[in-house]
Amino acid sequence: MGFISRGFRGRPRDEGVKLPPGQYLVHDFPVLSAGPTPRVPLDRWEFAIDTEDGKTHRWSWQELMALPSETPTVDLHCVTKWSKLGTAWKGVSLDTLFADVESSAEYALVYSYGGYTTNLPVEDLLDGKAWITYEFDGEELAPAHGGPARLLVPHLYLWKSAKWVQGIRLLNEDWPGFWETAGYHNYGDPWREQRYQGD
Amino acid sequence: MTEPEQDSYQDGNALAGPLREIFAVDVTAALGQCVHCGLSGPIASLRVYGPGPGMVARCPGCEEVVLRLVRGPDSAWLDMRGTVNLRIPLPG
Amino acid sequence: MRRLAWHVAKLAEIRDETPTARTLVLDIPGWPGHLAGQHVDVRLTAEDGYSTQRSYSIASAADGERVDLTVQRVADGEVSPYLTEELRPGDELEIRGPVGGWFVWRPDGTRPVLLVGGGSGIVPLMAMIRAREQAGSRTPFRLLYSLREPGERYYAEELRKPISGLDVTYLYTRVVPDGWARPAGRVTVADVNTGGWPAEFRPECFVCGPTGFVETVSDILLAMGHDATAIKTERFGPTGG
Repeated sequence: MGFISRGFRGRPRDEGVKLPPGQYLVHDFPVLSAGPTPRVPLDRWEFAIDTEDGKTHRWSWQELMALPSETPTVDLHCVTKWSKLGTAWKGVSLDTLFADVESSAEYALVYSYGGYTTNLPVEDLLDGKAWITYEFDGEELAPAHGGPARLLVPHLYLWKSAKWVQGIRLLNEDWPGFWETAGYHNYGDPWREQRYQGD
Repeated sequence: MTEPEQDSYQDGNALAGPLREIFAVDVTAALGQCVHCGLSGPIASLRVYGPGPGMVARCPGCEEVVLRLVRGPDSAWLDMRGTVNLRIPLPG
Repeated sequence: MRRLAWHVAKLAEIRDETPTARTLVLDIPGWPGHLAGQHVDVRLTAEDGYSTQRSYSIASAADGERVDLTVQRVADGEVSPYLTEELRPGDELEIRGPVGGWFVWRPDGTRPVLLVGGGSGIVPLMAMIRAREQAGSRTPFRLLYSLREPGERYYAEELRKPISGLDVTYLYTRVVPDGWARPAGRVTVADVNTGGWPAEFRPECFVCGPTGFVETVSDILLAMGHDATAIKTERFGPTGG
């Protein structure tokens, strides 16, 4: 056993709730950023799905708002070890957005305004597991938390839930994203503690 | 209309400790050139976002990524793809 | 130089600077010495293995194995409340350093020096003032120290005594002492013009503080004609306390 700081406990880590291994509970909503916060005016905002055949499906902000929305309440797990439970979102299910998309691609690369990317299997975006969200806690999504719109994939570590989402590129081969090329795990399942490559 | 919140970042000085864990010299005083816009300057003048999930150092001129550093429990990942080269002051 | 390892420091003494800021006087066996402006990383580890670290600027000039850190308690912080309230003399602390070779002042420097500190950004600047005194340097120094109110001054006693060749200007942003000529407010071009050096003197400029403060002061210095390469900055960024 190494060095122990006498009397240091850090933030409370056991409040009797079941969390993924190594996580502790927070009640605020920490902001982590890898770059400047992009500001995207809604009249120029657009979301796209690009298929492996070169077809692009696009939605303007008004078109996204016109789609049926859902209000998932989910737990968030950040790879930096905080978890936030019972967060309330509003957005459009990716099942809705994929309804008219013809693709047999297995991999997705999500890209954002500002240049961020993250990759995940297409199946992790479907069957009620992922949303393009635009409201958090009944308010429009703040830029610091990814507004105007953010991907929400709560069953994976939060870096997969790309802030300022701009589009999803469907690929026949896996294309690791921003953190996945810098040591983080390619899949990122919090319950299997897949933080770093090799975990 | 509310004023946009200011982005919060540190200087490249913040990389000094994490990089001294890897290199035997202080790299923050080294001069680097940005691959994207060609701006030259010390690593200490980069804008560093993070520390979590990793440290992302961006060019103060064009905001593109110059350097990334992730520290895991038993490895560090260092990506310096955004710098043309580093000129490191060394005693003769 | 070798790659850095963690040292175990022992807390020798605690000094109150303000109601919420304390100077930790540490003895660090094997400390290699440091330059004014450098910082250290402090690592805390709980019994269950949970660990977290923060960076703190060194406040003292090199003095054998003794190192002062001044820590501002951040209300919701995780590390600073431990360092300022829990830690007792005799306790041990893991330290890595000194680090940073850019934001440093060397006593052989001959160009005039302008120090601009915002809040606890005074800490590494104080190390430079102390290193200047320790070396008997006559390099002219000017310090602009921006802070909310007089009660938040660090090193108040030490800076109250006149130091030959050092001019100190306080810029209060919220509350001023009775009869104070300058109204409370953020740093302005006029402040830097009056309390700093003309660009023709080619001073070395060190600016330390919160991100927004450093941004403002750097812009003022550039607009006054100071050379960008002569302006060295240290921004706190989001430390999480």
